[in-house]
Amino acid sequence: MTEIFGVPIAALFGQLVLGLVNGCFYAMLSLGLAIIFGMLNIINFAHGALYMMGAVFTWFFLSTWNLSWWWSLLLAPLAVGIFGIVVERVFLKRLYKVDPLYGLLLTFGLALVIEGLFRYKYGVSGLPYGIPEVFQGALNLGFMFLPKYRAIVVVATLVVCFTTWFVIERTQLGAYLRAGTENPPLVQAFGINVPAMITLTYAIGVGLAGLAGVLAAPTLQVSPLMGSNLIIVVFAVVVIGGMGSILGSIVTGLGLGLIEGLTKVFYSQASNTVVFMIMALVLLVRPAGLFGREK
Amino acid sequence: MKRNLITALAAAIALLAATGAWAQAKGKISGGVVKIGVLDDMSGLYSDIGGQGDVVAAQMAVDEFGGKVLGAPIQVVSADHQNKPDVGANKAREWFDGDVDIIVGTVNSGVAIAISKVANEKHRLFIDSGAGSTRLTNEDCNPYTIHYEYDTYATGTATAKAVIANGGKTWFFLTADYAFGKSLQLDTTNAVNAAGGKVVGSVLHPLSASDFSSFLLQAQASGAQVIGLANAGGDTINSVKAASEFGITKKQKLAALLIFDTDVHSLGLNAAQGLYAAEGFYWDHDNDTRKWSKAFGAKMGGKMPTMVNAGTYSSTLNYLKAIQAAGTDDPDAVVKKLKEMTLNDATVKGGKIRADGRMVHEFYLYQVKSPSESKGEWDLYKLVSTIPGDQAFQPLSLSRCPLIKK
Repeated sequence: MTEIFGVPIAALFGQLVLGLVNGCFYAMLSLGLAIIFGMLNIINFAHGALYMMGAVFTWFFLSTWNLSWWWSLLLAPLAVGIFGIVVERVFLKRLYKVDPLYGLLLTFGLALVIEGLFRYKYGVSGLPYGIPEVFQGALNLGFMFLPKYRAIVVVATLVVCFTTWFVIERTQLGAYLRAGTENPPLVQAFGINVPAMITLTYAIGVGLAGLAGVLAAPTLQVSPLMGSNLIIVVFAVVVIGGMGSILGSIVTGLGLGLIEGLTKVFYSQASNTVVFMIMALVLLVRPAGLFGREK
Repeated sequence: MKRNLITALAAAIALLAATGAWAQAKGKISGGVVKIGVLDDMSGLYSDIGGQGDVVAAQMAVDEFGGKVLGAPIQVVSADHQNKPDVGANKAREWFDGDVDIIVGTVNSGVAIAISKVANEKHRLFIDSGAGSTRLTNEDCNPYTIHYEYDTYATGTATAKAVIANGGKTWFFLTADYAFGKSLQLDTTNAVNAAGGKVVGSVLHPLSASDFSSFLLQAQASGAQVIGLANAGGDTINSVKAASEFGITKKQKLAALLIFDTDVHSLGLNAAQGLYAAEGFYWDHDNDTRKWSKAFGAKMGGKMPTMVNAGTYSSTLNYLKAIQAAGTDDPDAVVKKLKEMTLNDATVKGGKIRADGRMVHEFYLYQVKSPSESKGEWDLYKLVSTIPGDQAFQPLSLSRCPLIKK
């Protein structure tokens, strides 16, 4: 078999595909963060906790009300979104006029509280959740067997990411949103309810985190700590992509997933640090991130 | 002003009362109180294995003993080491400089090794039931550290022997990249080689890696018959979950070299069935363990104890018995007594503590039941074999501990 640096090409392809799957989670989570930062100027440190909530709700719906994964796909992001609305109305709206640091501190505290409560209730060993019946089995790609479910994750992520990008960059609603964050009084003067729009944006941003949680539940350990294991990497993705850049967060998320996958083959010990090395390099060369604009 | 005066008065009275108690127990119990510190992962990935369960277990031992030893009260205090060796070592130093007599519990080998060094420096006792690394009784052994319930040699060797006997000759390891994982891989490799098997490769993964599919694919490519999981807790759970998703278990066998009943409970029997589990304690082993575990469960919202919890209970109880027998809480006298005693309680039968600090006792090899065999939420294992203590643990002839003169 052909080899690159002693690794068979087939194995390499396999690792790249897996990297892409992980990249999908990074992309979907960093997308939500980018929207929230871009529109609200809030660094949402509670994102990991909300992703965890999405996954735990998925488990809860199945074990308590026997609702299938499909229902969770709809209900869990909705529930997380509603939670987001409460958080925005009660806490965040008071912070728009002050330094973003306050938003960061508030959401960080919120994340600790949410995780603590879930840990108290469910422990850390995790809650069992199987792969939905229809997606059991694997696809033969020639060089590897890809479980059907992981393929679905990739497709779903691409659809969601593209839709979000399209709505914000190419539709009237998106234009209102972008204008509303640029100059709220002017847009309000045109008769558009800016505060409601901001609330909705936050709800959608955290809803995306909830959705990522639903997608993660069948493949990863559903536990109160699952968010904090991931969130730091996701922040690195947002920083590399350029704070608030929607396209940047999607491309960087997928790209870093691939790079991480390669690292796992060649020097697995570095697989959890490679993202940060890249972040340091990018910040040295382009302080605003790969897709960011200097303000 | 008046209030200040009253406060001062109250403080003075409290002080007097304390000195009075001290005078009474003087010469027997230092500080007039026996303080047991549970220093554990209270909030991180191992907190379901040790954590709050260890605090409850230590308190159960104290209650069983009657709450007093040689006339002095017994207290249990606890703290979170956050899986950070420096946090653990600092807390241990603070406790030992104060009036804490012994540290028990403590999952995470990295932290445990750091604490054992402080124990040696301060001449106070550390009985570890939670960490796995055999370094605690080999390179890093000292007279004040006792390694209680299990270690990576015992779990790795028992599992490897059973898997090889069933035809799994070639091995590939997925190893957690820190003291514990490396120690588990080393001990299991020795067992594999001794039983005529062969290790064809390994990959190190970071602690709490969330996705294991990539590592499993490398294991699959190696063509080994057995994939040895030299990790624990959430890492083991995610490895097993991904292996069943990628259909790896159809051609290759998984061997979880350290798995706890809480892990199996969380995985669900569907994903975990057929796995071997080598443990020093399982709640449903005999009447004594069932009775003790039910009492534990009643205090923990129905959760059954892990072998770490059982070890924390047993080590606390036997420590108190040793104080009673020695007539003092002087650490040197208590360690001497502990090493002479035969340990017997609800969870340990005929245990002995060796000169290197290793507590040897009967060890058990279980297999995870299939969903149809299980009769309840916590009905997880069936017994495969019982391994006598002198065969379960690393023999002293192989010891790398400087305390052992050869």
